[in-house]
Amino acid sequence: MSKGEDATSSERSPAITFNVNGEVRIANVPPMKRLLDVLREDLHLTGTKEGCGEGECGSCSVRMNGELVNSCLIPVLQAEGADIQTVEGLALDGELHPLQRAFLEHGGAQCGICTPGMLMAAAQLLEQDPHPGIVQIREALAGNLCRCTGFIRIFESVAAAVNPENAHLATESTSGHLRDAREEGPHAR
Amino acid sequence: MRGNAATHDLVAPGELGAVLELLAAEPGVWTPIAGGTELMVAFAAGRLTARKLVNLWGIPDLRTIQVTPQSVVIGATATFLDLRRHAVIASDLPLLAKAASWIGSIANQGRATLGGNLVNGSPAADSSPALLAYDAEIEFISVRGRRRIPYSEFHTAYKCNCLAPDELIYSIHVPRRFAQHIQYLRKVGTRRAMAIAKVALGATALLEKGVIREIRLGAASLAAFPLRLLQTEAALLSQAVTPDTIKSARRALLAEMKPIDDIRSTAEYRQRVAANLLDEFLLQLRREGSQS
Repeated sequence: MSKGEDATSSERSPAITFNVNGEVRIANVPPMKRLLDVLREDLHLTGTKEGCGEGECGSCSVRMNGELVNSCLIPVLQAEGADIQTVEGLALDGELHPLQRAFLEHGGAQCGICTPGMLMAAAQLLEQDPHPGIVQIREALAGNLCRCTGFIRIFESVAAAVNPENAHLATESTSGHLRDAREEGPHAR
Repeated sequence: MRGNAATHDLVAPGELGAVLELLAAEPGVWTPIAGGTELMVAFAAGRLTARKLVNLWGIPDLRTIQVTPQSVVIGATATFLDLRRHAVIASDLPLLAKAASWIGSIANQGRATLGGNLVNGSPAADSSPALLAYDAEIEFISVRGRRRIPYSEFHTAYKCNCLAPDELIYSIHVPRRFAQHIQYLRKVGTRRAMAIAKVALGATALLEKGVIREIRLGAASLAAFPLRLLQTEAALLSQAVTPDTIKSARRALLAEMKPIDDIRSTAEYRQRVAANLLDEFLLQLRREGSQS
């Protein structure tokens, strides 16, 4: 990928300023460059992954101004002045986020490509609803695809992060809830 | 072939007036982009033909939802999450709230805009059947002023609409007078999450002493663009919901729909499912009508 050397004028690579994980960052890149590519190539924040590149798989999910977004669908100019949180911003002072610990403990991550997006989608859910049920967890993660886990361990990981002291109970009872949720239809789409 | 950011320009004039000036100065040259859930997919795949884009995301005048006694006026770049979170849309326009929940994932819903869904003009657009059933109007804006047209006249052919090159959608006006109507919306797709409609049907109808006094039917994926089913409505208007009426409505529906075979489904399947959805709505109408 080009890093601006293809740009025909300075106008094509304006300085775009935004806040990433609490730090002010400036990127001199073409305005149509995808936020995903700016994060990975220009800011070297490679935690955010590219899966489908068309907003279907959720691997590139980050939070922008408090909303979950697919960074592959955002021209970086639209991130001017925005607050962005990537998976690198979840852990604080070397201490893993409760979601990250739960994913480790409950087998929520296998190959790892979907994991950053899953974590960001789950973090978004917990910020809006600190005590989601399994139906809410499933809807919140419906835009994130995983081809390893079969999803159940991911849902269990999020459920365990919600209620850590009952982690093993959550794991056991979640399976039952998952069956119920599937019959009821968790998200009307 | 991947898209190359250096070969596309994107400008952000910021103010709505400045965007309209740009569109007026060079009509047809600039392509508006808001949430990017359609254009950025084309860009990434290297098939975005538009080389000059103008940003609408973040322009406050366009991202509004205003409630008047008569209608809910939704700004063109209100997102589907904005619609889902709005109390009056949830209470007065439940079909629109439901349609908003169908759009992609949460991440898509936070970026995809109602105006973008309409301008993109997919025959399968999730918001269209509800807007047709609610008799929505579209308001356009340009440096020349504003004008309003019924949404049912907006789409003119596959991915074509009646916006002039210097115009934007400004807002979508949805009347609030459907509280007494029996309402219906159902989408049939491959799976619940993230699937594009094989068929969707939206409907509102008002019964008076068992007779249909008002009816509006809107459909997705039954023609080259989202379609109001005027012939089917005509077969039902001023009729009681009897087995004979249901049969003649079914005939009218099959006559006016123009489904195609594509990667998502076949014309034959779409005919069957559309007729079944209409049946389902009419049976609901008969059941609820007999209770009132």
